[in-house]
Amino acid sequence: MRAMVYRGPYKIRVEEKDIPAIEHPNDAIVRVTLAAICGSDLHLFHGMMPDTRIGHTFGHEFIGVVEQVGSSVQNLAVGDRVVVPFNIFCGSCWFCARGLYSNCHNVNPNATAVGGIYGYSHTTGGYDGGQAQYVRVPFADVGPALIPDWMSDEDAVLLTDAVPTGYFGAQLGEIVEGDTVVVFGAGPVGLVAAQSSWLMGAGRVIVIDHLDYRLEKARTFAHAETYNFAEYDDIVVEMKKTTDHLGADVAIDAVGAEADGNLLQHVTTAKFKLQGGSPIALNWAIDSVRKGGTVAVVGAYGPIFSAVKFGDALNKGLTLRMNQTPVKRQWPRLFEHVRNGYLKPSELVTHRFPLEDIAEGYHVFSAKLDGCIKPLVVPSAA
Amino acid sequence: MAYTPHKPPLAEPIEKLRERIPGWGVDLNPEDRPSVPKLQFRDDLSGAHWEFPERQPEKWPRERSIEHKFLTPVFGTAQPPRGLSGAIRRFSYATYSEGRAAHWLLLIAADRVDAWENHLKSFLTRRPDNPITQTGVRSEFTHHGLKSRLGTTRTDRVHQVLDPVIVAGPWVVAAALAFSGVGKLVRSLRS
Repeated sequence: MRAMVYRGPYKIRVEEKDIPAIEHPNDAIVRVTLAAICGSDLHLFHGMMPDTRIGHTFGHEFIGVVEQVGSSVQNLAVGDRVVVPFNIFCGSCWFCARGLYSNCHNVNPNATAVGGIYGYSHTTGGYDGGQAQYVRVPFADVGPALIPDWMSDEDAVLLTDAVPTGYFGAQLGEIVEGDTVVVFGAGPVGLVAAQSSWLMGAGRVIVIDHLDYRLEKARTFAHAETYNFAEYDDIVVEMKKTTDHLGADVAIDAVGAEADGNLLQHVTTAKFKLQGGSPIALNWAIDSVRKGGTVAVVGAYGPIFSAVKFGDALNKGLTLRMNQTPVKRQWPRLFEHVRNGYLKPSELVTHRFPLEDIAEGYHVFSAKLDGCIKPLVVPSAA
Repeated sequence: MAYTPHKPPLAEPIEKLRERIPGWGVDLNPEDRPSVPKLQFRDDLSGAHWEFPERQPEKWPRERSIEHKFLTPVFGTAQPPRGLSGAIRRFSYATYSEGRAAHWLLLIAADRVDAWENHLKSFLTRRPDNPITQTGVRSEFTHHGLKSRLGTTRTDRVHQVLDPVIVAGPWVVAAALAFSGVGKLVRSLRS
């Protein structure tokens, strides 16, 4: 089969690989019909995630058709069209039994601090991902769901991560009616977090980024007020001014490890890998939110230390809430919201790249060229 | 407004928001959100028909965190550790917990060693690594590289100039070392 493979920082190519095999009785093999590149894939692409091995196939956002099932699979059959959450999870460990699918204890031998994720280095279990023609899907009875007939492929592929993560971020904010919510980052996750904040009763939603084309999307897709932090000397002061100097009730970090806005933080992290994440957006969130407020973090950070302004968080009495999203737990509600038109994931898609051109797809997304917000990947056999 | 007990009034009343924003308030009740409360026991184990999953065969000694009690029953089998990078990775997993910086720094060092092991190996194949095609940099010419940056306030322009240095720098250094090494060898053979 054809598959994207990592060749070192900033370098990937498409190679011929063996079609994955059933390795456990509850595995399925899925033929990928559509995949996406996630902003967090860029952390791998840039060589920031420890134990990203040469030859690894990325991709935790994909949908497809079941090609083969293991002997114990009961809930899926060959030919089913499925959406697969980015989390790999067993369903039965202490964490899964309580709905923390992203914290499964039975799927990642390499680390206890993170669950299993497709195509996201060996730090998350060493599973090849879905930017390929085929992918191994462990615990097929637990993770995947059938794609409803009414749902488009583009909506479905965005329900594997970006949309649930944005929606989960708004939930972590514990928004109550009339709250002012500031979302840092106008990528797909931030845009969905902003729109989801309205669903949860926000009275005001502000989105902050430095890319004008994404801020324009925040105004049209998420009906949000926007601020381009590059146009202000100090975005934290602007947030104070616009909230009558109290600060926002809730701040959501939808940026994560490669945040821009402070050259030293960015370069020490993204270029020289001296921090697990460049916590610029997180620090701005901590400083922009009011005392006693909530900071929700859904931007992805690596496992190494980061220079977070923890003292301010303590002194302000903040609630910090975060996790990788337990995707399947969000699906029933999100399927309803998509069907009702409250969330329109496919409107985030700006580019489609054939698998063979995936290196260009990564560069366009990474360098933010051509108005790119969400690039999809189409395997050649799809 | 002075610092009083009152919250500043909303610029836009709730009724207007409800009219303007599709779905405003459909998840208004904080108790009725999918991840509230955080811990919710799932009686059906989300479709699992086991309490502890059957174990996947371990075909080589699978590296694992020493914070785990045992090898997890299911695990990825992509890219088994090999060569010097594999030895560094095995050492890191066997020696340091996830709580130790040494664990992660060794893994990052192994990643760089792995890259060079594979770059060198690729030169023995008919498809050597090619930083031009593999970086996707050609899209600068097909996807408005200049237009995407000029006339904007985007802040990443400052550090994007470092990317070619990070990608090409080690190749240039390696080529210079190789050239100088070959030169020295030729000179020593002649003398």
